Order: sequence, then structure tokens, then C-alpha cells
Amino acid sequence: MSYSAIAFTSALTFAAIDFFILKRSLLKTKYFWTSYAIILPFQLLTNWWLTSRNIVMYSDDAITGLRIASAPVEDLFFGFTLILGVLHMWEYLGRKGMQNK
Amino acid sequence: MLGFTVIGSFWLEVALKVGVLRRAKRAFLSIFPVSIFFIIWDAYAIAQGHWFFDRTQIVGIYGPFDIPIEEFLFFIIVPIAAIMTIEAVTTVKPHWRKYEDNK
Repeated sequence: MSYSAIAFTSALTFAAIDFFILKRSLLKTKYFWTSYAIILPFQLLTNWWLTSRNIVMYSDDAITGLRIASAPVEDLFFGFTLILGVLHMWEYLGRKGMQNK
Repeated sequence: MLGFTVIGSFWLEVALKVGVLRRAKRAFLSIFPVSIFFIIWDAYAIAQGHWFFDRTQIVGIYGPFDIPIEEFLFFIIVPIAAIMTIEAVTTVKPHWRKYEDNK
């Protein structure tokens, strides 16, 4: 599987699980999207740094070729999936009462 | 660049007392299962040549599966930054989360 295929599939899968399966969707909350809106510019800046300086490089066969801020658009799906997954765990453990303040 | 992420988010720990570092156990258990998935993905992508690193621009220490140490740190620091962000947002706007809890 190419990077494109894995990135789109995992982002869609995580989003679908959030939206349709989990009782407590994060994608339907204002606080998730506010947080994501804060994170996104920093992610773009980080992606830009890592790719424009060729610290990380990508095989042309693995990506669509569409780039945002010098990084493959796939990176945004990668980051979105990572953040959504971790924040779900964080919220879940918090509701279970683990170290909830 | 990881340093930049630390600087960009960890001040929230002090300024807004989000207390994420204090809640290390919850942070660890949030990050670990998700990061496993991403480390497998990373290992596969490196093995397949989806992405590769300029060896002159990384410290050159490799963990399991030929994954540079920076990648492991990435999968720890970026999630912590994300958690700090969501905690900061809900510290400033507590009712946004409370509303969800009361649903």
C-alpha cells in the first residue's frame, strides 16, 4: 500500500469510528475543532521545515504529489489521525476518572 | 524542530496550569496504544521506502525497525502537545467540555 492509501484509509477509518461508533464523538465538539485549529498551523510549519530542508523525503511512487506548505498532503491526514486517536484516549481515561484534575 | 514543538506548547503547562505532565500516567496510557499503531506504520513506510531521512540531518541513533530516534520522540512530544492544547482550550472554555458531559 502506498502512503496515500494508508493515510487516507486510516484518517477515514478513525473519523468514521469517531462519528458512527463511539458514543462520545470528538468530531462533533467545538473544543476538538478549536484545538485542531490551533494545532494545524504549527503542524504546517513543522511539516514545511522538515520537508523544505529535505530532512524527510518521500518516494514519488508513494504519494499523490499534492503538496501543502512543501509537505505531501498525506502528512495532514497522518497528523489528524494521530491527534484524534490520542485525544480520544485522553478523554476516555479522563471520563473513567483517571487523573481527572 | 521537536524543540520548537516543545516551546510552542509546553508553556501552556505553566501559564494555564493544564497539568498534563503532572498526569503522566494518563498521558502515557493515552499515547502508548496509538503510538504503537504509528510506529508500525512508520516501520512499514521506511521498509517500503515511502519516506526516508537525510542522514546528515538526524543524530543517527536508530531504535527498533531502523526508525530514527527522532521519530520515537515525535510520537511522544506531538501527542503531549496536542493534549496540552485541548486541555488549554477546555481550561479557557470549561463549559465546552461540560456541555458534552451533560449530554
